[in-house]
Amino acid sequence: MKIAIASGKGGTGKTTISCALALAVPGEVTLLDCDVEEPNSHFFIQPTIERMEKTFSLVPEVDTEKCTGCGECARVCQFSAIISMGKKTMVFSELCHSCGACARICPEGAITEVEKKTGMLTVGKKGSIRFISGKLDVGQAMSPPVIRETLKYASEDGLTIVDCPPGTSCPYVTAVKGCDAALLVTEPTPFGLHDLKLAVDTIRELGIPFGVAVNRANGEKNPISEYCEAEGIPLLLQIPEDRRVAQAYSRGQALNKVMPELSDALVSIPEQLQKLAEGRPVHEGQGVLV
Amino acid sequence: MEIAITTAGHDLDAMVDSRFGRAPHFLIYYSKTGAFTIKENTQNLNAAQGAGIQSAMHLANAKVDAVITGNCGPKAFAVLDAAKIKVYICSDCTIAHALDLLKKNELTPVEKANVEGHWV
Repeated sequence: MKIAIASGKGGTGKTTISCALALAVPGEVTLLDCDVEEPNSHFFIQPTIERMEKTFSLVPEVDTEKCTGCGECARVCQFSAIISMGKKTMVFSELCHSCGACARICPEGAITEVEKKTGMLTVGKKGSIRFISGKLDVGQAMSPPVIRETLKYASEDGLTIVDCPPGTSCPYVTAVKGCDAALLVTEPTPFGLHDLKLAVDTIRELGIPFGVAVNRANGEKNPISEYCEAEGIPLLLQIPEDRRVAQAYSRGQALNKVMPELSDALVSIPEQLQKLAEGRPVHEGQGVLV
Repeated sequence: MEIAITTAGHDLDAMVDSRFGRAPHFLIYYSKTGAFTIKENTQNLNAAQGAGIQSAMHLANAKVDAVITGNCGPKAFAVLDAAKIKVYICSDCTIAHALDLLKKNELTPVEKANVEGHWV
């Protein structure tokens, strides 16, 4: 099973929960850090790095000898990445989404798709955790190509935890799409609630079953728990506001190291999400410690 | 000479618009006759990306010789430059005033973009 640990708002604890989950669950687990603009799961997992791999995207290259300047490529491009003026055809590869339409439509076969480096993958291991982290190259504008390459390392039949990028746009959708279920992590603040609603709207559109985790929960009733109750969203985990969590984070220590009492709740998350994915009822409020 | 001027207005008394790719429209001025036409830019105004590139391509294909605008980013400039269209930067004035400055040789074509992309 593939589970996405996502959120609308950034800094709510996706990485904290992803890493704690990977360390807490028994048996083999794959952790994919898909927050490729600022991956930091490695701080908490400290894996042994086995190898690094480059990631590439395909972008068009125009053979000026063959190009007749018909302009078909510019007409088909949805992203203004290729333009045609008279005999001249110009490519803006930073705008290209690698759809390949220009190469397909060119009647002269003047366009070939060439590889452009987009980022790096770090592949490693720590105990029973298979660890893969994607990192977007500086200067690259689009992260989904690197996220897709990272996701290829998902386990076929075992448990895969996907640490997703924040927001609700293409990077989030790319990371969450294809997962069997998701845990949306947020905090009980107006921003946390606002962005959770956006993340919920998006994930409902994608049709992926999901539950919510509240980080820094300061009481059993909070704006998030009230929203979840009203919307019928299972609240699967509440992490209390506790100085130990911040201290551990600043030292690169995993959450469950300083809060072993959370381990049972963490271990039950994949099980609960599995139930959600199968449309079975879940036990809510697991891990409510306040 | 055909000159494209970015503007939100519809005549020579309108102000030069500071945006290039997302200018509401282009006023195309024919210096020989003093006549002008309006070329809409609605599609690019709402484009998700590449507005400057597309606007530049449309002006290149309309075979204008020069552009007067408030700001021009690197990608739009690359296209205009490739099409050998001169770019004049001028703002906070009416189109008529900008054309007058051009006539008097008081505007010099820029040699590179004057702002970063997505400068707004």
